[in-house]
Amino acid sequence: MRPKFIIGGFLILAAVIYLIVSSTQASAEYFMTVDEVHAEGENAIGKTLRVSGAVIGDTIQYNPQTLTLTFEVAHVTGDNSEIEAQGGLAEVLHQAVTDPTRSRLKVIYNGVKPDLLTNEAQAIMTGRLEADGVFYAEELLLKCPTRYEEAVPEQAG
Amino acid sequence: MLAEIGFGVLVFTFFLTLYTLGAALYGEWKRLDAVVESARQAMLLTWPLLTLSALTLIYLLVNNSYQVSFVYEVTSRSMPAYLKATALWGGQAGSLVFWAWLMSAFTSLVALRKWERDRELLPWVLVVAAVTLAFFLSLIVFFENPFLRYWQTAEGDIIRAVFQPARTLPFIPSDGRGLNPLLRHPGMIIHPPMLYLGFVSFVIPYAFAMAALITNRSDDRWIHLTRRWTLWAWLFLSLGLVLGGRWAYDVLGWGGYWAWDPVEIAAFMPWLTGTAFLHSVMIQEKRGMFKQWNMILIILTYALVIFGTFLTRSGVLSSVHAFAQSAIGPMFFGFIALTFFSSVGLLIYRWESLKADVEIKSLFSRESLFLFNNLLFMSVLVVCFWGVLFPLLSELFTNQKVTVGPPFYERATAPLFAALMFLMGAAPLSTWGSASARTIGRALWKPAVAAALVTVVLFFTYSRNGIALIGFFLIALVLFVTLYEFWRAVRARRKAHRENIFSAFWNLFGRNRRRYGGYVVHISMMLMAIGILGIELFQKETQGTLALHQSLVLDGYRLEYRDIARFPAPDSREVTRAVVNVYQGERYLGQLYPRIDYYPEAKQNMTIPGQRPTLRDDLYVLLVDWEPASASGATFKVYVNPLVNWLWLGSLLFFVGILIAAWPERERRTES
Repeated sequence: MRPKFIIGGFLILAAVIYLIVSSTQASAEYFMTVDEVHAEGENAIGKTLRVSGAVIGDTIQYNPQTLTLTFEVAHVTGDNSEIEAQGGLAEVLHQAVTDPTRSRLKVIYNGVKPDLLTNEAQAIMTGRLEADGVFYAEELLLKCPTRYEEAVPEQAG
Repeated sequence: MLAEIGFGVLVFTFFLTLYTLGAALYGEWKRLDAVVESARQAMLLTWPLLTLSALTLIYLLVNNSYQVSFVYEVTSRSMPAYLKATALWGGQAGSLVFWAWLMSAFTSLVALRKWERDRELLPWVLVVAAVTLAFFLSLIVFFENPFLRYWQTAEGDIIRAVFQPARTLPFIPSDGRGLNPLLRHPGMIIHPPMLYLGFVSFVIPYAFAMAALITNRSDDRWIHLTRRWTLWAWLFLSLGLVLGGRWAYDVLGWGGYWAWDPVEIAAFMPWLTGTAFLHSVMIQEKRGMFKQWNMILIILTYALVIFGTFLTRSGVLSSVHAFAQSAIGPMFFGFIALTFFSSVGLLIYRWESLKADVEIKSLFSRESLFLFNNLLFMSVLVVCFWGVLFPLLSELFTNQKVTVGPPFYERATAPLFAALMFLMGAAPLSTWGSASARTIGRALWKPAVAAALVTVVLFFTYSRNGIALIGFFLIALVLFVTLYEFWRAVRARRKAHRENIFSAFWNLFGRNRRRYGGYVVHISMMLMAIGILGIELFQKETQGTLALHQSLVLDGYRLEYRDIARFPAPDSREVTRAVVNVYQGERYLGQLYPRIDYYPEAKQNMTIPGQRPTLRDDLYVLLVDWEPASASGATFKVYVNPLVNWLWLGSLLFFVGILIAAWPERERRTES
């Protein structure tokens, strides 16, 4: 009876490997910075991307009737240790927004405008880059680093 | 003063745990009963000590002692007292104290009861528990101390230390930062302790397993002793998962309950191995097989429990659950590697003595179906593990960070869950030992035909979605088989004992708690599956900005925006509450009150949905935005989540099923 079990085990193993490989290919999301999106150019079009950037407050436009939200994000590094070295996320986001030479990416999102979408927030967007160079976000996460960051209380005034 | 006491007690308990470890090892080695007994007494002492330390911390939390940094981080003056007390597990340091406290409570319980009867195994159980407890206490004492206080130096800097450093003054912030508003929910108050109860109770069967390996007892004594521990552990872990889902559904406001977030998966993985373990130990008890496999499962469960605690607490993966980055990551990895490799080494050393008593014979026997059940649970585990590891691996090897989202898990696990459901239908009808495809087919065809009929009816009346129909077929199959099993057993009892149908049903549970409790759990899992299929496949949503008296329409419902009001709540929240009339066609169904709670101190909004739960669906309305003085009015997001309430109903029945299975059985010697 042993060969049957070995064959059965291999069948399950093969099925699991197939499921993992095909599902990984079908749903992989590539983390990219704004610079990397521009560097990839044509290659980035069509893939599911996860892009992080600093929200530029002046560019936010929202139409509550059509629920269309457009804004631009500026490039920030994706490397955590680099962020720490440059003085923390809040500082990095501030520099990104105030530096006019940074590369930018235009984003269109259809949906309700999130409360946290403000100037110098970090936007983490999942979606696709289309041929018009606009990033169509399907999912939009926002982080405001100033909020829970300070480990030591401000001094009593 | 109190902070020093709390910390001092922790340090003392740490050394006491090390003593337990040393004394138990030395006493067993030299065969000195008195030394082993002293180890036991020392372990029994850890629980009152840790209780004292935890109570000290709770006292500091409740009494606004903001000079203590942990208190400052997780509470604030405006929080009600019960939330301040439960903030114990709202931050990393406190939750580690809570973990250690549970660990010492469970170990004491084991060491107190039936010491003489299990004298052979228990010293080694103490050793394993003491190693675990000592590890957690060392994390608290050396890395994540909840009793650190703020001190101001002459230069004006704020530093943290337990004891007053030279040339500093105490620094007392006037108010704390407060618990993240998202966590201020009844579900969040009991979700972490449930999960921790489950995590920690799995340490006990692991400790007994290691004790059995060390003492070279190859029988099922350790399984027998820990059978109910395992069931309780599984119950708590499952409840922790369900409560977490319910919390997400009520609070996070995306109309879902499970996002395949790495931290959710971290809690799900020990559940998978634990579930496989629950099933396969039965084979060892009945047939003397799978002994090595059960050891592997419990070792994996233990490693995953520690890994799960690590993931939830280290911030190594970004998620809604992650707290700040912390230094304890490498410690956790070291500990997991140490315990995992020494357990596996021990298992390899005893491999030969754990050979099965009988060979597995037939591919269709019950033991074989249990084996496939185990392989499938392991497959789901592998999928989950891959999903968590893949981003780290891809970054390591290709320098390009790639993640996989929920679609990966859904696509890869759905066929595996379907296969598990099929086994859930087939296994109760199978027989031990030798069986053939024909015997099982003969038992299975009637319920399969009945399930197919249900599926055909659903095809014409409910949905033509292929995946849904496969799912409903399997659900119906399992339900028919399980109900048939009940009916068969009740009928047999009525004949044999001349009982009426109700007492026959009742006595059935008394006779074989684990089997029929298990069947109730199977039924509850199918109810949950109905809910999961409903929300995953048929969820509908719409959104829109409405002026007063305008309506949104979704799936036969019409929602009319009637009113909005803004008022302060007692705990300093600013509540904005909308009134929405719900109609189905022309019929008025009632009002819903979606609202936004604004927490000024955290500067954060919390969106609380208005829900109208029925068995058919759950109408789920969110107030996402409103503008006080403009004609555009308020923006709503509306979900219709079909069948989702079966998920919550199923989890209640699940609880009942486990209670039946885990209820202490009266020691009866009449039947053998």
